[in-house]
Amino acid sequence: MSSPAVTATPAPDRAGALADVATSESSLRRFLHGLPGVDQVGAEARAATLGTRSIKGDAKAYALDLAISMVDLTTLEGSDTPGKVRSLAAKAMRPDPGDRSCPQVAAVCVYPDLVATAREALTGSTVQVASVATAFPSGRASREVRLADTREAVADGADEVDMVIDRGAFLSGRYLRVFEDVVAVREACLRADGTRAHLKVILETGELATYDNVRRASWLAMLAGGDFIKTSTGKVQPAATLPVTLVMLEAVRDFHAATGTVVGVKPAGGIRTSKDAVKHLVVVNETAGPDWLTPDRFRFGASSLLDDLLMQRMKLSTGRYSGPDHVTVT
Amino acid sequence: MAFDYAPAPESRAVVDLRASYGLFVDGEFVDPAAGGSFKTVNPATEEVLAEVAEAGPADVDRAVAAARRAHREVWGPMPGRERAKYLFRIARLLQERGRELAVLETLDNGKPIRESRDGDVPLAAQWFFYHAGWADKLEHAGHGPDPQPLGVAAQVIPWNFPLLMLAWKIAPALACGNTVVLKPAETTPLSALVFAEICQQADLPPGVVNILTGAGDTGAALVAHDDVDKVAFTGSTDVGRAIAQAVAGTHKKVTLELGGKAANIVFDDAPLDEAVEGIVNGIFFNQGHVCCAGSRLLVQESVADDVLERLRRRMTTLRVGDPLDKNTDVGAINSAEQLAKIRELTAVGDEEGAERWSAPVELPTSGYWFPPTVFTGVSQAHRIAREEIFGPVLSVLTFRTPDEAVAKANNTPYGLSAGVWSDKGSRTLWAAGRLRAGVVWSNTFNKFDPASPFGGYQQSGYGREGGRHGLEAYLR
Repeated sequence: MSSPAVTATPAPDRAGALADVATSESSLRRFLHGLPGVDQVGAEARAATLGTRSIKGDAKAYALDLAISMVDLTTLEGSDTPGKVRSLAAKAMRPDPGDRSCPQVAAVCVYPDLVATAREALTGSTVQVASVATAFPSGRASREVRLADTREAVADGADEVDMVIDRGAFLSGRYLRVFEDVVAVREACLRADGTRAHLKVILETGELATYDNVRRASWLAMLAGGDFIKTSTGKVQPAATLPVTLVMLEAVRDFHAATGTVVGVKPAGGIRTSKDAVKHLVVVNETAGPDWLTPDRFRFGASSLLDDLLMQRMKLSTGRYSGPDHVTVT
Repeated sequence: MAFDYAPAPESRAVVDLRASYGLFVDGEFVDPAAGGSFKTVNPATEEVLAEVAEAGPADVDRAVAAARRAHREVWGPMPGRERAKYLFRIARLLQERGRELAVLETLDNGKPIRESRDGDVPLAAQWFFYHAGWADKLEHAGHGPDPQPLGVAAQVIPWNFPLLMLAWKIAPALACGNTVVLKPAETTPLSALVFAEICQQADLPPGVVNILTGAGDTGAALVAHDDVDKVAFTGSTDVGRAIAQAVAGTHKKVTLELGGKAANIVFDDAPLDEAVEGIVNGIFFNQGHVCCAGSRLLVQESVADDVLERLRRRMTTLRVGDPLDKNTDVGAINSAEQLAKIRELTAVGDEEGAERWSAPVELPTSGYWFPPTVFTGVSQAHRIAREEIFGPVLSVLTFRTPDEAVAKANNTPYGLSAGVWSDKGSRTLWAAGRLRAGVVWSNTFNKFDPASPFGGYQQSGYGREGGRHGLEAYLR
């Protein structure tokens, strides 16, 4: 297998004082295994307590609008067509056609072959085009194939790339290999004009199984240059859970404290109700802090969540629950 | 715009407060013989909640006589399986009236509704469910082949967990066939009076449970009464000592659950984020009004700066204020007297040279409040490291080796609880085996379960409550 050569320390500007931890397999392993452990019972109890916060009135209105603006409206099906993507794009720009005060979503997320369609449909809008890449969802392809996948998406106009890590390599302890993958994909995100597509690194936490692994994979992805760390592909259960998001938010908070670099968090898959979304925002607010309450730093990867957010938003403004027929289908 | 949580107050409408309450004696609410009364206030607002009767010696006589007769004629001879039915019924009524009890507890005590709703009330119901299960199985509890009840139990409970402490006292006593006369604390009598209503609702035979409200004199008269067979007390070490002296040389069996100055030990291999949660829960849960509170943080020097930085950051997110708001984390100090005591001891901390840091919170203008506070630079010689503050005040000490951690943790006249934080099981077990404390929590703190015995070493008292072991205190 011929992999493109990559430098092991690609982003000293990002990693700051931690720039040299990935100079070798052993130093990277030492660093990741030196991170404090996560107590499963304690982390789940903390998430559950934050889940009891009661968000009402103005706070709820604020949270619903914020959540809408953070949605990466996603379609990742084998049955996707250009028509489906165009209708999704229209909904992304005008989630509630009857209410101009309703914010637009953050991005539309599609497979690479539909990036051009999404790009065209979103022309003139600030809604971003996000593409999954790197042999999504399993990542089981040679590095060359995964990089080609990425370059094609970027060339077709993707603003953001959602890559998957090689969970097999991670679970077998080949951390440097995963690190180099992320570095290489980040380089593949470079455009001809010198700008770079935003990189989200999907950890697929449902396959990593332990919170210790989630914390290590988060740091690995941040050190290697990920702009966002993302829980899941949505194709594996469990996908995003509140405690997993909590552990990842602790990681970005601590990474920022250690290096000054900001990394975002994107829970994806399984967040279907406004209530769940608001719970996540509470965890953001009380873990990474209010600075993370922006679409630049927090996203929801979701397909059906937007509809529930819109229905709750209508209920809050009209006092009535109008039902799914009042929300556009895509 | 910031994410400011709008006020989310729990409704007071579920509580039907009466203007005045009598004593609960022999199945009925009665006026005190001498006619005295006192007011109970909401510590978060200083609003008077109700007028409560003050029981005198004549009332104590009446209540003990009712309990004696109920024990002799009804409750003592009743088969365990029948007693169990009443306990199950009480447990279910506690659940059914859970919301009312939670709001009432929060009004009278000042604790956050989240804690009374998710902690105090469900745990109180659990205590009755658990002990109901023991009532017909006492001969299998390991206290002899045919254990018998003691008779009449005099029980005096504190103000920090009014309903839960009532459950800790009454559930095992009743399960074992005793009858009780219970005195709730003078600042928090209301949930005990609603419990009296629940006893009526459950058709509990008259005299099995009697509730006498009052202050220290009422409690002293009750524990000193000649016809009492058992004294159970939870509260301060000073009062506990006075009770021990009062009952010395009598036939009365005694259990005392007193103060504490628990060490929460954080080793350098601890899961730090969860340890910080455990430190916060250990000392700021229930405003630190917890006898087993983790009031001394012992943190390994190699991680001390990191842990303290995380702790301070976490403390800035604590929401202090209206206890009825569902988003409140820390409520009001229970009384002006307790607030004065906290202020006095923290002032001593300043004088002794420890460094004070309080979370930047805006405290309400009426009511009794103290901000969550941490003292660093504390040594074993400081009073704030030795005396129980019983408030939201943490003293931080450091250690270098596991031996030093255990030596410092044990260097206290108390010994009620301790916490050990480490990802290394062998280290936790090593430390737990050497800590002189009735409860040692591993990677958690302030966890309670009716099946787990609870009690102290040295000045933290004697006897155990809860579990199979706790039954022994009510059997002969």
